[in-house]
Amino acid sequence: MNWLEEFKSPQLSQKILAQIKEYDLPYTFMEVCGTHTVSILRSGVRSLLPKNIKHISGPGCPVCVTSQGDCDLAVEAASIPNICITTFGDMLKVPGSKSNLAQARSEGKHIEIIYGPLDALKYAAEHPEIQVVFLGIGFETTAPTVAATVKKAKEQNIDNFSVLSFHKIVPPALNALLSTNPKIDGFIYPGHVSTVIGIEPYRDVLRKFNKGGVIAGFEPVDILSAILELLKMKQSNQPSVINNYSRAVRDEGNPNALKFINEVFAAEDAEWRGMGTIPESGLGFRDEYKKFCAKTKFNLKSKKSVDPPGCKCGEVLQGLIEPYQCPLFGKACTPIKPVGPCMVSSEGSCAAHYKYGKM
Amino acid sequence: MCLAVPMKVTSIENDMATADYMGTETRACTAFLPGVKVGDYILVHAGFAMEVLDEESALEALKLWKELEDLSFDKTEPKLVEEKSIELA
Ligand code: SF4
Repeated sequence: MNWLEEFKSPQLSQKILAQIKEYDLPYTFMEVCGTHTVSILRSGVRSLLPKNIKHISGPGCPVCVTSQGDCDLAVEAASIPNICITTFGDMLKVPGSKSNLAQARSEGKHIEIIYGPLDALKYAAEHPEIQVVFLGIGFETTAPTVAATVKKAKEQNIDNFSVLSFHKIVPPALNALLSTNPKIDGFIYPGHVSTVIGIEPYRDVLRKFNKGGVIAGFEPVDILSAILELLKMKQSNQPSVINNYSRAVRDEGNPNALKFINEVFAAEDAEWRGMGTIPESGLGFRDEYKKFCAKTKFNLKSKKSVDPPGCKCGEVLQGLIEPYQCPLFGKACTPIKPVGPCMVSSEGSCAAHYKYGKM
Repeated sequence: MCLAVPMKVTSIENDMATADYMGTETRACTAFLPGVKVGDYILVHAGFAMEVLDEESALEALKLWKELEDLSFDKTEPKLVEEKSIELA
């Protein structure tokens, strides 16, 4: 599959990099996707960029943006008798106010790590004697997979399955970021979220804030060419929305996946770690699917978040500071003993900078 | 939970596809991609096929970047690490 390998080509990357260096413009771009954070740091792209180009990693890691109150809610759910929590492994170490899921598990609570929501449903079907709750964490890429699973549960009458939905949607967060951080010149939009939502939601953001961006894939050629497009945009003073990942992203997104999301979920306000409540940025259950909502089923009430003292995740996620500017970075807070969620997931800004970043 | 690497579809049964990446097999639900075929490259996320990769668009994009003027660049050799896979949370 040579055509796919070519997006890694060092020769092509060098060529684009040389073009980038022709632009003597100060430019600050933000990416909002954990996979971009990791690939920009791990591939060395960041260290090759000229000084006039500044990269900030935004709130693109779904685990990192889960509020402390929601982590507490997950721990509370785990302590209900006869419940099994099924979750992506990344969530285990995310700190709540007193405990986290890893600790709950070591205390004997039933927590299973699974690969995807269908596995959680299968587990529920095989264990009718327990209540299986899936932690719905993730953006528009994950939400349709959970919606499709819930639909299957309904079709197959699997009543001991429910979802604690902490899903978030990206465009409202872009609006919130542009309102608080005027330093952002443009975005590298998340590639996989864009396969689902397409380009239109970014156009709305562009109309409101006159800030554009580029949808990009995850190989060096993808990222460098996206940066080149951003620079061209700034020089011509014509911000726009460019789809630079057309091999995977259709302009209309994936209408089938969107249909699943819209059938099961409706937008609701959601709290983001360190960023507060962003209107209509989360996904709650529609009435027809309410019986799969774990919050309703087990009468779980949202908890107030008090972020860990000293943790600057909120500022990191908004690109207001770099991870190493947090006084705890690499000292009290490391991937082995994370204080904040940005240090937990390998895609979190702090964890990725700790592992690959140059200070 | 999600691999950014494209996987090649080797078989499809009902709404489940089996896909392969360098010998690693994954099963993925095709509910979002009713038209997916054996031989397609798909992106898989949390057990679902999210999109089929379009070869024509890829080649077009590559052509565009290849046609860029070759500028002389400085002597420092860029060190780009070849990635096999990138894990998504
Ligand atoms: S280094 Fe740790 S404490 Fe500081 S912002 Fe990052 S996660 Fe929070």
